[in-house]
Amino acid sequence: MYFHPDSQIIELQERARDLRLDSLEMIHRRQAGHPGGSLSAADIVAALFFHKMRIDPQNPEWPERDRFILSKGHASALLYAALAQSGYFPREDLRHWGDLDCHLQGHPDRLKTPGVNMTAGLLGHGVAVGVGIALAARMDGLPFHTYVLMGDGECQGGIVWEGAMAAAKYRLANLTAIVDFNNVQLDGTVQDILPLEPLADKWRACNWAVIEINGHDMRQILQALDTAGEIHDRPTVIIARTTKGKGVSFMENKSQWHGAAPNDAQLAQAIAEIKGARHHG
Amino acid sequence: MAEIPMREGYGKALAAYGAVNPNVIVLDADTSASTLTHFFAKQYPQRFYNIGIAEPCMIDMAVGLALGGKIPFANGFAALLALRALEQIRTCVAYARTNVKIAASYAGVSDFKDGPTHHSIMDIAIMRAMPQMTVIVPADANEAGAWVPVIAEYDGPVYLRISRAATLPVHQSSVTVQIGKGITLRDGGDVTIIAAGSMVGRSLLAADQLAARGLDARVLEMHTIKPIDAPLILQAAAETGAIVTAEEHTILGGLGGAVAEVLSLHHPVPLEMVGVHDTFTRTAPTTELLMDAFCMGVEDVTAAAERVIQRKR
Ligand SMILES: Cc1ncc(C[n+]2csc(CCOP(=O)(O)OP(=O)(O)O)c2C)c(N)n1
Ligand SMILES: [Mg+2]
Repeated sequence: MYFHPDSQIIELQERARDLRLDSLEMIHRRQAGHPGGSLSAADIVAALFFHKMRIDPQNPEWPERDRFILSKGHASALLYAALAQSGYFPREDLRHWGDLDCHLQGHPDRLKTPGVNMTAGLLGHGVAVGVGIALAARMDGLPFHTYVLMGDGECQGGIVWEGAMAAAKYRLANLTAIVDFNNVQLDGTVQDILPLEPLADKWRACNWAVIEINGHDMRQILQALDTAGEIHDRPTVIIARTTKGKGVSFMENKSQWHGAAPNDAQLAQAIAEIKGARHHG
Repeated sequence: MAEIPMREGYGKALAAYGAVNPNVIVLDADTSASTLTHFFAKQYPQRFYNIGIAEPCMIDMAVGLALGGKIPFANGFAALLALRALEQIRTCVAYARTNVKIAASYAGVSDFKDGPTHHSIMDIAIMRAMPQMTVIVPADANEAGAWVPVIAEYDGPVYLRISRAATLPVHQSSVTVQIGKGITLRDGGDVTIIAAGSMVGRSLLAADQLAARGLDARVLEMHTIKPIDAPLILQAAAETGAIVTAEEHTILGGLGGAVAEVLSLHHPVPLEMVGVHDTFTRTAPTTELLMDAFCMGVEDVTAAAERVIQRKR
């Protein structure tokens, strides 16, 4: 486990706020997209892109780069903001998300957008695809790590567990899954739609190492990612307890904000709340 | 005729039919706020099952409910039902001939903003290849609603293709529909446009434009892709000698394929197909723009009609 000075934590919190602001502005401009699940995963994505992952935005196909798969592809605004802020493409492109001739598709498309390792959109593919990537890395002796970010609702799909069992069979320590456990999906709470608990026990029963954290506590996120890197005999899942719509009071914990875009006044309030959090967050 | 989204016409009709037929059970896979089965869920919570993001499981559950004598309507995105839950549909619905109604929403490119992963441009071809399956593609919201009682009262598997969008209105709410019987919407002698789904309204506009150019186009709505109304197609072939098909789907294996099979087996005449040209689509700001960009515009229909008339001998 590494030492993380306060200055680093604060810097990454700032980056997460920038990702939230970019995501909301993108969704507002386009009047389409998924704010709830973008806001809930912003801290995790900031930790990965601006600290943990070994990536080279100037060389997006670098064979030794760490791989990030956004299995919950509907949080594409968040991913695109992170890619732009990392320098994979101009930030100006974010303004054209969803235009007919823009490379930024509704959901991530690996053939169109630099930095996108795998196409996603329909839920459930990330873990099994990650197993294949991690196996290929092992075969070629490449040192990179593969991170798969999933939704909690996504974990209702059987294919997730097929992938989980395969990863355990091959003891893929170079694979880390992160569940954005915000307890909300499209139609309501996970509790009401299809209960997942005890979720940690399910992953443990599949022979994964399990780390449970507060997914908005930057220090806990960094420590969990460090710990995952130190487990050498099995894949790790980080179950990150989060709040859907985190940072915007009227969006928090509301399935209505899963896939709805804010109007002008709502965007202004959301921006004010997220910026305000800087001073007492 | 108000332009309401087709999914709303379907969702409201399903809720209304719930009062008529207590045997109807509705299932959804965490998309009831999208497919609009939430109208039914609200009125009949005890006959509604939301089973989460698990489409294959939902189909097999629907199969079990059908085995128990219920009439299950299984709802979700077309791209997921027709693709991810395909084997369940093939084996447990079609082959086992269970009385499951598959309501496949967000079909075609109607989910313009979510992009190609969410578009469903090959589902008709897939479902049509399946023995025992009835495949229905309504043209507008009123027609989508009209199909609910008809398919519920038909005994056998049905795939009902629902658009997310407000397609151009074609029918009054009193429209009556019959499985396997196409509808002649406009008579004409120079060419026949056979259309389904959102392309029906567009084909009627195309026929207006053709009329202004002195060409007299017949327009048939082929809502049932399977079993296809072969007599109506063959009559059109004999009387107009040229056919255009138009669908919000790939030109491979869908309505165009079905019509081509009937023509080439029984009465070959020149045929042009309007639809997506064997390519994946893109994300766009509106469905209409997307349809224009992927060869499903009104202009594409008029151009195809002019080409096919040229090919007549
Ligand atoms: C297999 C599949 N079924 C349905 C959908 C439609 N859909 C998109 S997002 C979503 C809810 C996702 O909830 P969750 O995984 O909890 O994501 P988050 O809360 O992080 O946004 C659904 C049902 C889909 N994309 N894929
Ligand atoms: Mg969730």
